[in-house]
Amino acid sequence: MEKIKLILPLLIYLGVTLYIAYYNSPRRKKSKNFTNEYFIGNRSMGGFVLAMTVIATYTGASSFLGGPGVAYKLGLGWVLLASIQIPTAFLTLGILGKKLAIISRKIDGITINDFLRARYQNKWVVIMSSTAILLFFMAYMVVQVIGGARLFEVLTGLDYTVGLVIFGFAIIFYTVFGGFKTVAITDAIQGVIMLVTSIILFWVLKEAGGGMRNIMKTIYEIDPNLLTPSSGGAITKPFIMSFWVLVGVGLLGLPQTTIRCMGFRDSRSLHRAMVIGTFVVGFLMIMMHLIGVMGIAIIPKEQLGDKVIPILAIRNLSPVLLGVFIGGPLAAIMSTVDSLLIQTSSTIVKDIYINYIAVEIDEKKLSRISLWTTLIMGVMVFALAFHPPEFIVWLNLFALGGLEAVFMWPILLGLYWKKANSTGALLSMGISLLVYVSMTILKIKFFGMHQIVPTIAVGGLVFVIGSYSDKSSPEEHLEIFFE
Amino acid sequence: MKKINKQLKKEAIITTILYLIYFVWWYSFAYGLGDVDPKDYKYILGLPEWFFYSCILGFLVITTLLWISIRLFFKEVDLKTYEKNAGREGWKK
Repeated sequence: MEKIKLILPLLIYLGVTLYIAYYNSPRRKKSKNFTNEYFIGNRSMGGFVLAMTVIATYTGASSFLGGPGVAYKLGLGWVLLASIQIPTAFLTLGILGKKLAIISRKIDGITINDFLRARYQNKWVVIMSSTAILLFFMAYMVVQVIGGARLFEVLTGLDYTVGLVIFGFAIIFYTVFGGFKTVAITDAIQGVIMLVTSIILFWVLKEAGGGMRNIMKTIYEIDPNLLTPSSGGAITKPFIMSFWVLVGVGLLGLPQTTIRCMGFRDSRSLHRAMVIGTFVVGFLMIMMHLIGVMGIAIIPKEQLGDKVIPILAIRNLSPVLLGVFIGGPLAAIMSTVDSLLIQTSSTIVKDIYINYIAVEIDEKKLSRISLWTTLIMGVMVFALAFHPPEFIVWLNLFALGGLEAVFMWPILLGLYWKKANSTGALLSMGISLLVYVSMTILKIKFFGMHQIVPTIAVGGLVFVIGSYSDKSSPEEHLEIFFE
Repeated sequence: MKKINKQLKKEAIITTILYLIYFVWWYSFAYGLGDVDPKDYKYILGLPEWFFYSCILGFLVITTLLWISIRLFFKEVDLKTYEKNAGREGWKK
């Protein structure tokens, strides 16, 4: 009986998701331009959906489980670190949003590669960026899915495999049939669920701890350092400053957020999304990480890590509320995986298949191929999550920084710097990735900074040198971008 | 057409300035007020003063500044005018 109460909200929620997929299915609507509808939702996102999908896509398992787990160990200093992410949403949308929206319409582009191809006119840039998307996205997705299924196991007591199957079926089904639009709308719903669940847990814990002042007092008695910005020296300044690159400026190039700049309806939507996105992400980040800190006073002296949040939830929420709560972190994971899945599929179909294999192809065949590609990639991710190969887990270590190393400069400079050319882009993509991966493997750190900082610095420098050493792109190509 | 790119550049610069304001706010309150012995901390709403100003107030201030800047400096652009053969049938290279 208890189990049913627990799973019921989850099943209702999955049911709603599937209905949205059915309702928005491009096939059901007999869309005239299938790829446009399936991979970018006909550029119809409004402000609220845009804000939520940007946030939901980049808040995955780490913001909901890993981050608060560390906050439980290190205290308020880690919440300070998490709040570095607050202005990232408006930075990305404000700098890339309008310009990419205009350019993607001019070139009729629906993928990041469409933009890179038009801007740099170079096959190798596209091949490199496609490879980076496929490899890193796969690794990223598998690890997120593993996190989701493990969480399901801890919270419901049901087997890991059961979680994986329910979870996998839902994500694959709605992404395959619903396409980008469904992904964006479900992201918005998932974002709301994340918000609601974090508010509930925050409130319940605040009451359980006898008010915030009391909680802070208890923490002070356990260890005063937990209340300081540096956590008594555990969070050094070079380390925390690096996060202004890793989860701040660096996210300017992240393909999964960049693609969203191509899919909104009008400039008003963008303006609204900047404000809503900043507000919601700030609320969520502060709340979730503060919950981790409050945990110190409520369940002291336990070695928990990732399990802090689930255990706090189990011990403090009633079964039905717990059922609703499970939706939060699962939503965070699902909304990340679905976005990566649809983009993986668009990379294969639009950037590789249509461009290099079948140049002329009719709409009907294309729609079949797109659905099958999404399905196969989805099944692959979940198959890999059953027995994750070491390679994937290893690759995931580089996923975030690797994507930033490859994409940030080519996208940013491609949009705003006339002299940027393919020589610069290629050199920057290759060398940044090399620097990042080798520094991470060899554990080289300059002055205690995260490896992403020197990577981005070297990448930018190489880009500029490369661009000056070769001719710039011909004027007529640049017209689309700067006229 | 030249005009629109000037406007886009202006908006990108304003966004960057807002980002820098947030950074300075975040840094100065966290390390200005927080880098002292925790026993001297003052508390607001139950939270240490540095944390309240840096994270909570900082978040509210930047959201408000952003809202105001968008109202004042950001311009509406009709994206439809840039669409290349909108509504055409089928997909061809």
